[in-house]
Amino acid sequence: MAEKPINDYGFEQFLSEEKLMGSRCNTCETLYVPPRSLCPGCRHSEMEWAETAGEGRLVAFTSISIGTPAMMEEGYDRNNPYCSGAVELAEGARVVARIEGVDSQHPETIKVGIPLRVKFLHQGRDNNRQTVLAFAPIGE
Amino acid sequence: MYKKRKLGRGVAMVGAGMSRFDMFSDRDSKDLFAEAFVEMSTSVDKGLDPTDIDALYLGNFTNDFFVRQSHWGAILSDSLGLVPKPATRTEGACASSALAFREGVFAIASGFYDVVLVGGVEDMSKRSTEEVAEGLALAASPYERKAGLTFPGVFAAIATAYFEKYDASREHLMNVTIKSHDNAPLNPKAQFNLAIRDMMDAKVKRAKSQGRAVPDWIDEKDFLHDARANPPIAWPMHLFDCCPISDGAACILLVAEEIANHFTDSPLHVVGLGQGSGRALHSADDLTYFEATRHAAKEAYDMSGLMPKDVQFAEVHDCFSIAEILHIEDLGFFKPGEGHKAVEEGLTRLDGPMPINTSGGLKCKGHPVGATGAAQLIEVWEQLRDQAGRRRVPKSDLRIGAAHNLGGTGGTCTFTILERR
Repeated sequence: MAEKPINDYGFEQFLSEEKLMGSRCNTCETLYVPPRSLCPGCRHSEMEWAETAGEGRLVAFTSISIGTPAMMEEGYDRNNPYCSGAVELAEGARVVARIEGVDSQHPETIKVGIPLRVKFLHQGRDNNRQTVLAFAPIGE
Repeated sequence: MYKKRKLGRGVAMVGAGMSRFDMFSDRDSKDLFAEAFVEMSTSVDKGLDPTDIDALYLGNFTNDFFVRQSHWGAILSDSLGLVPKPATRTEGACASSALAFREGVFAIASGFYDVVLVGGVEDMSKRSTEEVAEGLALAASPYERKAGLTFPGVFAAIATAYFEKYDASREHLMNVTIKSHDNAPLNPKAQFNLAIRDMMDAKVKRAKSQGRAVPDWIDEKDFLHDARANPPIAWPMHLFDCCPISDGAACILLVAEEIANHFTDSPLHVVGLGQGSGRALHSADDLTYFEATRHAAKEAYDMSGLMPKDVQFAEVHDCFSIAEILHIEDLGFFKPGEGHKAVEEGLTRLDGPMPINTSGGLKCKGHPVGATGAAQLIEVWEQLRDQAGRRRVPKSDLRIGAAHNLGGTGGTCTFTILERR
């Protein structure tokens, strides 16, 4: 694979290739997702890419009725809320992501702790293309 | 290496004033800060000669975005007639004016200045609600925004983590809201000055007079469960879990302790000062506390030699109901996991053992973000100087009060302890 910068730009490029990548510190071996170019744990900057298995569990979530401008443009609103949350990956790092495949209309049915697998939402076209990180319940 | 903090010389608060907090279509930051300044000037018991002010520290989060104008330190120095005295703006999201207060304290403690004006301002309501939300989200992390998380959304996610860990529920959030609204009618400056019960009665009366179906809410919680009265924003949080959009200003006069008696015989002394920084949502190991608050609290308690039990009342940053529960735990007033029970048992009510947000909090007093940190300290000022009227904390020998201010989603937190001697 071509060398990608170990930062948010590289992270985004990997997302577009359907890979959830982090950086691992060569010194203390801590994994960061999204990647960091400096390890905040030991302050060393020798990092390398590490691919995650893309599985984890839900640690916190919300069903949003009044969304961000980008989500409103996607058609979400008071009558059509969407779910976002924090996910702890099997490797230990945590990410924030869209949560798909859950009943956002009935958020009381969504349980913290449910196992999730990564999904990649490819959006936009031409120069505005981006891939949004999402997770959905395993088996969905 | 951690070391116990102390000031080079003592600093006292000798004047305080704030504007009304509301949504004003025809008043800007200059008008609001002028209103706060006039009230501050008249609050100085022995009078203030404004030419004695050595410098201004002004907190403002993002008027740059809200009214497309930056550089508010100099603009306000000019409008108050303080030119050519130095003016410096501080930014720490919703904790911007607590940072201004700290800078003022440091400037005096260092011996550089003797008389410093500190405060904050924010002018938010000139934009649509969606644009205000976008402006506030400038203080969130880029990952949170891309995941669709709004500001309320981040705190809502924190609430689900807290509920899971401590077996709490939406009902516990409602207790915070009901308590804040109970205090608000006692505060003439509150943006929302009705108790929930009063609001329910008003809605029933209106429905009757208009011949519409009359709501039959059993109690306040029944009202808050009604999605028509209290629509969802970011589950589990609804409208009444969120502070309003506000315009407003607040300012405080700080002086060297040794000259405080030139201004008043009842100054407040800055005895504890703490500030911390925190991580974004995804990089915190545990979402049920704010690391920045715990650090700020430790600094302030260590500096003052006081314990949480010595603080007789506090203003805490209740931008959202769940936040108040976390703060009263992080500040040591209640054990981790016990905050929601304390509110339920009425321990944080005005007449309880640990009154929290006697002003009505951000929820009811209003939250012009850059002015909030200073406004919280003004509530402490009014309480400790027996100027809080009907909302005075009913304790004998009220001497020690504190204020906790939070910026962003916990990225910047401060804790300040004031004492009347």
